[in-house]
Amino acid sequence: MQKIVDIVAGVTSGSLTASAVVEEHLARIKAREGEIHAFNLVTADQARADAEKIDADVRAGKKVGALAGVPIALKDNMCTRGVETTCSSKILQGWKPPYDATVVTKLRDAGAVFVGKTNLDEFAMGSSTENSAFGPTKNPLDTSRVPGGSSGGSAAAVSAGFAAASLGSDTGGSIRQPAALCGVVGVKPTYGTVSRYGLVAFASSLDQIGPFTSDVRDAATLLEVISGHDPMDSTSIPQDATSLVSVLDHGVAGMRIGRVTDLPDGCEPDVLERLEAAFDALRKAGATIVDVKLPSIQYCLTAYYLIAPAEASSNLARYDGVRYGNRVDAADLNAMYAATREAGFGEEVKRRIMLGTYALSAGYYDAYYGKALKVRRLISDDFARAYEKTDVILTPTSPSVAFKFGSKTDNPLAMYLCDVFTIPTNLAGHPAMSVPFGTGADNMPVGVQVLATTLGEQAMFKVAAELERSL
Amino acid sequence: MSEVSALPNGWQLVVGLEVHVELATKTKMFSASANRFGDEPNTNIDPVTLGLPGALPVLNKHAIELAMRIGLALNCKVQPCTFHRKNYFYPDLPKAYQITQYDHPLNVDGFLMLPGDVRIGVERAHLEEDTGKSTHFGGSSGRIHGSDYSLIDFNRAGVPLVEIVSRPDIRTSEQARQYVAELRSILLAVGASDAKMEEGSMRCDVNVSVHKPDTPFGTRCEIKNVNSIRSVGRAIDYEARRQVDLIEGGGTIRQETRHWDDATGRTETLRTKEDADDYRYFLEPDLVPLVPDQSWIDAVRSALPKLPAARRQTLAELCGVDKDGESALVVVERGQDGYVAAVVAAGGDPRRAVIYVQQAFAEQGANPKVPAKDLAALTILERDSKVTSTQAKTLLTDLIEAGGGDVATMASKRGFEALDTSAVEAMVDAAIAAEPGAWQKYCSGEEKALGALVGAIMKASKGKADGKVITALLQAKRP
Repeated sequence: MQKIVDIVAGVTSGSLTASAVVEEHLARIKAREGEIHAFNLVTADQARADAEKIDADVRAGKKVGALAGVPIALKDNMCTRGVETTCSSKILQGWKPPYDATVVTKLRDAGAVFVGKTNLDEFAMGSSTENSAFGPTKNPLDTSRVPGGSSGGSAAAVSAGFAAASLGSDTGGSIRQPAALCGVVGVKPTYGTVSRYGLVAFASSLDQIGPFTSDVRDAATLLEVISGHDPMDSTSIPQDATSLVSVLDHGVAGMRIGRVTDLPDGCEPDVLERLEAAFDALRKAGATIVDVKLPSIQYCLTAYYLIAPAEASSNLARYDGVRYGNRVDAADLNAMYAATREAGFGEEVKRRIMLGTYALSAGYYDAYYGKALKVRRLISDDFARAYEKTDVILTPTSPSVAFKFGSKTDNPLAMYLCDVFTIPTNLAGHPAMSVPFGTGADNMPVGVQVLATTLGEQAMFKVAAELERSL
Repeated sequence: MSEVSALPNGWQLVVGLEVHVELATKTKMFSASANRFGDEPNTNIDPVTLGLPGALPVLNKHAIELAMRIGLALNCKVQPCTFHRKNYFYPDLPKAYQITQYDHPLNVDGFLMLPGDVRIGVERAHLEEDTGKSTHFGGSSGRIHGSDYSLIDFNRAGVPLVEIVSRPDIRTSEQARQYVAELRSILLAVGASDAKMEEGSMRCDVNVSVHKPDTPFGTRCEIKNVNSIRSVGRAIDYEARRQVDLIEGGGTIRQETRHWDDATGRTETLRTKEDADDYRYFLEPDLVPLVPDQSWIDAVRSALPKLPAARRQTLAELCGVDKDGESALVVVERGQDGYVAAVVAAGGDPRRAVIYVQQAFAEQGANPKVPAKDLAALTILERDSKVTSTQAKTLLTDLIEAGGGDVATMASKRGFEALDTSAVEAMVDAAIAAEPGAWQKYCSGEEKALGALVGAIMKASKGKADGKVITALLQAKRP
C-alpha cells in the first residue's frame, strides 16, 4: 500500500498518474468492501473524475496541491456538498448537504481524491461501529471482530488499503481507539486546531477531526493540510498549522516520557506488555521515563458520560423532521416530533439523548452536569501539573485488542469502558495519537497512545516517529 | 399626574417590561445572511440560519457595538459576558435552541428616566437571536390551534436581538407607555434599531401584578402579543383590573403567560407555569466568552449622540418650557430641537419659537424648509405686538407654504397691524362703558362674560387688537 508522500511525489513528477492510483484503490474496494463494509457510499465516478483532473493539471504544467492524487475517505459525519451525508443514521438517510465542511474544502484544494464516505457508529456515539443504522464495519484483520468506533469505517478503509488516508472525528477516543484496533495511526489534534465547520456535531466542546494513515509521516502531512484557523468556527484557534513533518527525524534524546502510575484498572496484560515495550524503546533512544499521577483520571469516564450526552441532547434536537432529514407525519406537531425521532434514531443515540437531557434538567443540573464540568477542570489541572515534569505521556490506547462482535453490546457500560484511556484527552482539549506497536492477543494489533499538552503536537509526533522507527 | 390606571381599594400596580429589539445590522447575529424585513420568504438563509448539521455560529461585531450603544445609553455597566443555549422544540427555532445570554449578560444595572424624574431600573440588556416567523393557515384565529397547516419563513431566524429587561419599578400604565416611548426614542437616537412595533422590530412583553402597599409583590402574569404603545396601556389596565377582581372575589392569581387580544380588549391564558418548558440552559460550547476591551467601550460611549432626555433638557432651558411637557417632547421627537436653537440664535423669541414649531411643523421633519431667521423675525413681530397672535398664526402658515420669506412684507401685504396697548386700552374702556351689564357680570365672578367682551372688542377693532392684550387689560381692570 502506498504512502501519501510517495503518491504525491509520483503524481507531481508524472511518474505516477492519479488515475492509476485511484484505480488501484478502487480495485481493493471492489475486492473486499462487500465483506468489510467500511463505506456507506463509494464515490467511484467522482474519484475517477477528480483523479483525471489532477492528471490533466500535471500534464498542463499547472501547480497541484500537497495531496495531489491521494485517495482519501471521509467519515460520513462530515458535510460533502451534493453527496449524501448520513451520520449512519436513518434520520439523515438521503440527506445531501448544500455545503462542504472546511476540511473537505482544504483537502479538495490540496488535490485529494475522495473515494467515499465511511461508516460510523450512529452520530459518532459508540466504540465498535455496531451502532450504525446501516450495519457494522468488520475489522479487516479479522472480520469476526469490530474495527472499533465510532470512526470504524475510516480506520478499516486505511487498514484494508481502500484509501491512502482517511479522516475521522474523535470526541472520547473515536479516532484513536479504532486506529489501535485496526493497526493504523490515528491522531486527535489539540481542540481548536482543525475546523469543526461542517462536522456534524456530537459534543461540541469535545469533537475534533483528525487523520487515519498507515504511518506517522503521512499523519503529519495530512494534519498540516487540514489544520489552521477557520473564521467559520468560533472555537478555532487563531493560528496557522504547526509544522510537523519537519520534526519527525529529531529523535527523543533528552525528552521526558511520562508513565501514569494511577492508571485505571481493566487493561489486558497483552496490551500492558506492549506499553512496557514502548517505554523500553524510548529509553533506549535516549529518553527518560518519569512517573506522573493523574488523580482525577478515575472520574473522567463518568464526567464524560455526562458532558458528552448533555451537549449531544442539544446538538441532536435539530433533527425534528421540519427542515431536512426524514419526517414521519402525525396528527399534530408534538406527535410528529415523537414519531420522527422514534423512527429515525437508534438505541444508543436515544439512550444518550435521554441521559443528557436528564443531566441538564432543572433540579439536576448542579448535581450532574455542573459537577462534571468541575471534574473537567480537575483533570486539566492534573495534566498541567504532570506536564511540568514531562514532555509527553504514554498510555495504552484501548484496554484490549479488537473484540468480537456482540461481546459488549449487552451492557452499554462495558462498551463505555473502551474509552477509559482516551477520554481524559478530550476533556482537557489536548492532542493525543495512537501508534501501532506490535500485536497482542490473537495476533491482533495493539496501539500505544502518545499524549501531549495543548499545542504540543511537535513533541507528540517526535515520540510517535521514534516508536515507529523502533519496530 | 393623572392616575389613569388608579385601582380601587388601595391596590397598587407593579409592572415590569421585557422589550425585544431587532438590531439594525446588515447581516444576522451569527451568520452573513442579510438582515432585511420584507424580502421573499426563505431568501435570506444559510446553513447556520437553518441549523443544518455541522453549521456553527460566528458573532456579528456590529451587533455587539449596537448592543453596547443601547446599554450605555441606558446607563448600564458593560461587562465581559458569555452565551448560553436555551433549549426547546418549535418549528421556527431551527436548531431547537436559541443562543442567548443567561447569567453573564453584556449590559447590566442601568436605568431610564421618565417625565417627572421617575427612575425605572433596567436590570439587563443582552444579546440573542430571533426565531423564524410562523404563519398558520386554516384555523379561525390565525394561531396554531385549529390550523390545517403552517408555513415558516426563516428570513427572520438569526436576526440580532437585544432583550431589555426593566426592574418592576413601573407603577402606572401611563408610566409603562412612557417607558416604551422613551426607550424607542433612545433606540432611534443611537441608531440601534428602527424600533417599529408594527413591523415587529420592537416587541413588548408586559409583566403585571398587584399588591397592597407594604406587602410583598403579588404573583405576576406575563402578557404577550402587545403590539403597540397604546396596547401596552390597555393591556395593563385590563390585567390589573382582572387580578384585583379575582383576588377580591376570593381567588388567587396563577403564575402564567397570557395572550392579549386587542380586538376584545382582554387577556387570556396561553400557558401556565406547569406547562412551561425547562430550558436546560448551558454554556454555548460553540462560542467563546465576549470580553469587549475598555477602549472599545469608551469609544462607543463617546460616540453616543446627545440622548432625547438631554435634548429635552437643553430645549427646556433655552425656551423656558417644561422638559417633561408636550412641546419639548414633540419637538425633540421630531428632531426639530436643533432648528429651534437656530431660530433663537437668529434672535427669535425662545418661547414663541418652540410653540410655533410644535404647533405648525408636524410635517416638516428634522430640517424645516423655513429659514431660521425668517421664523425668528415672525416671533419678534408677535412679541413686540406688531401683529396680533391670531395674525401671527396666519403668517406662520404663509411662511410654511412659501418655504420662507420676509414676514414684515407679508404682514403688510395682508394689511396686518396690531394696535398698540394704549389704543387697545382705549377700546377696552369704551367697551366697559358701552356694556355695563356684561361688565357687571364679569366683575361679580362670571368668567364666561369675559369671552363675550373680548370677542366684541376684537370685532370692533377689525382684528387689530390682540385678544391676549385685551384679556390682560380686562383682568387688570376688574376690581
